[in-house]
Amino acid sequence: MYVTLRGAPKSEKARESRGLRRKVPSAVVAFGMVSLLTDISSESVAAVLPLYITAVLGMGPLAYGFFDGIYQGVSAAVRILGGWWADSTRRPKWVAFVGYFASAVSRVLMLFATGFGAITAVITTDRLGKGLRTGPRDALIATASDPADLGRNFGVHRAMDTFGALVGPLIAFAVLAAVPFGLGGFHSVFVFSAAFAVLGLVVLAVAVPDLRAKEPVIAAVDVTVDRHTPGIETARDADSARDERKRRIALRLSDLARPELRRVLIVAGLLGLATVGDGFIYLALSDRGTVAATYFPLLFVGTNAAYLALAIPLGKLADRIGRGVVFIGGHALLLGVYALTASKIGGIGTIILVLALLGTFYAATDGVLSALATQTVPEESRASGIAAAQTVVALTRFVSSVGFGLMWQLVGRTEALWMMSGLLVVALVAVIWFMRPMFTARRGNA
Amino acid sequence: MRGKVVAIVVTGVVCLGLAIGYFVYVRSTTDARIAGADGPATADRADVLAAPHVVFRNSALGTDYGRLAAVKLDDAAGARAIFDISCERSYATADAGVCVTAKRGVVQTYGVSTLGPELQQVSATELVGLPSRARISADGSLVATTTFVTGHSYAQASFSTETIIRRDGKSLGNLETWDVEVDSRPLQAVDRNFWGVTFASDDDTFYVTVASGGTTWLMKGSLSGKKLTSLRTDAECPSLSPDQTEVAYKKRLGNTTPGIWRIAVLDLATGKETLTTDLRSVDDQVEWLDDNTLLYGMPRTGADATTTDIWA
Repeated sequence: MYVTLRGAPKSEKARESRGLRRKVPSAVVAFGMVSLLTDISSESVAAVLPLYITAVLGMGPLAYGFFDGIYQGVSAAVRILGGWWADSTRRPKWVAFVGYFASAVSRVLMLFATGFGAITAVITTDRLGKGLRTGPRDALIATASDPADLGRNFGVHRAMDTFGALVGPLIAFAVLAAVPFGLGGFHSVFVFSAAFAVLGLVVLAVAVPDLRAKEPVIAAVDVTVDRHTPGIETARDADSARDERKRRIALRLSDLARPELRRVLIVAGLLGLATVGDGFIYLALSDRGTVAATYFPLLFVGTNAAYLALAIPLGKLADRIGRGVVFIGGHALLLGVYALTASKIGGIGTIILVLALLGTFYAATDGVLSALATQTVPEESRASGIAAAQTVVALTRFVSSVGFGLMWQLVGRTEALWMMSGLLVVALVAVIWFMRPMFTARRGNA
Repeated sequence: MRGKVVAIVVTGVVCLGLAIGYFVYVRSTTDARIAGADGPATADRADVLAAPHVVFRNSALGTDYGRLAAVKLDDAAGARAIFDISCERSYATADAGVCVTAKRGVVQTYGVSTLGPELQQVSATELVGLPSRARISADGSLVATTTFVTGHSYAQASFSTETIIRRDGKSLGNLETWDVEVDSRPLQAVDRNFWGVTFASDDDTFYVTVASGGTTWLMKGSLSGKKLTSLRTDAECPSLSPDQTEVAYKKRLGNTTPGIWRIAVLDLATGKETLTTDLRSVDDQVEWLDDNTLLYGMPRTGADATTTDIWA
């Protein structure tokens, strides 16, 4: 593991000078395409689902809330499972495929689901698929990448992904505008969504290479021997296969406990605890009267546009000056977001600035986190490591959002934002101090 | 390599082709239904409004889908008068009404309009969120709306509603800012939600549903005191009878699956609760036709699910 990652420095230097000419691997672009298509599929349904449930199916508030809860919460439960499964079978592509397949099936079933139980099953299947595939997906992108390009490649993937997320709702609302009455419009949206999901599946199956992480070093020795002595292979197969599996599982657990990964998890967790989600920021902006109710949905579009524009540049920056630096720096931008939202400064300029900062924050942290996690775990635990990092972020952000809501309720919106700013400053200081070893080591290394 | 490109292109053409084909088909059948819809015959507005009538949102497919309509009580299945306003939710009293309007588009917006005696639009205000319930007081001066709003929590582990009461167009504030008491103890939980207001004739008292942490309460509120006190649990979307003695509402009856309700009526004086005989699940804020009859809407099943019928 150490050999694989640290063996790079000299050749890295040579490649650095040709850096600009290093192409984005086709696997990354292909996966970016898959995510683009799948995001069109999922975001188009997500945009109209509240309307469908309440206005068309006529379900009441509690049913709506229940669906919303599953939608947000279910994926976190299976992320680590997806990561582990991809690592133990060393087939991240096909584990990801299972996840995408589950989601595609749920899109088709959406056409027939009108009852409460049916919709619950559909949403659960979709979100389980999503949770299962993100770890293996990022692991495969990492495997396809030159270690020096991790940030940029993840940036490319995230940019294509966000583009799909922007297009999806547009298609949905265009369809609804064209067919305003009855179930037909919604069914059309679901059919489009299913079509894009199936297309994404096919692109995944056909265009994304089945890249597999290298085998663990210890087990590799046995395999090499077997390959060179074909006669002995069959006799030893059963034994070595069993031993290999045992070693694989043992290696994986100890790999996840590595200090480097632990450091990343702690950093991500601390910063996550001080992160207020974009939904809350938009609410704060509209609560203080700056944003007319009409334009609320456009806030999401604004942030996503900034994210889309900056994902690749910030990914490249992360490769050059260090992923940890960009990750932490992105969180520092949140201070600007909190301060602007808490202040009395009004006007369209403030809103645009807040959205730009939010989008930049996501561009600096989303893909970069995966790059950061990749550089701290060996190849064979890649998917689990990435999944672990994503789960830590999801859980801490959940806690932070509940806490923020509580503070808002108890002491008021402005005070809560200033308190979060204070919390974030503390977290940033703690994290910078904690990450000192990583800054002093050469960038690009574990 | 070329085989892969071919596979992708073929799949793309087939999938998107099917989707576009379905869309075109749906569009044409909807147009046909609208054009050829021989829905219920239309009647004269003044004629219907002069007699005892029921006001509702027309859900018969046709060009008038979604429009406000009224039908005479003694000829409910007969001709209906259609009005010029389209509503997502509506409510009317003898000489006033309220209508939640929607402006469709990429950015969908909602508004609440108060209506006069001829159900013509008198005023319009912006509404934030997806519409859920709307009610007015007997003389029309008080308007209550409930909407779903998102963004109250990043986790969004539960939904959030916003219920606002307006007097003559001016907002009296979001109910979430008022004092709420459950069994004489204040309720300050962050996840409390309010919906389904019904006004009493004294223009001060009203009843509403309050929910927090999985429990729902029927609460009695006072506009002057900005306070709410609980009456009983498991009661949603209340509706006060014309003689002010009874409240009808939905009950979950311990059903763990959300989405299943039965209607019950509470006698305010005796505290006795009676379930109605209709065993179907009703997800609507019921309305009293008179002191003995309840009205509620039930959607049809399957493909007609956007059409609802009124049952008494």
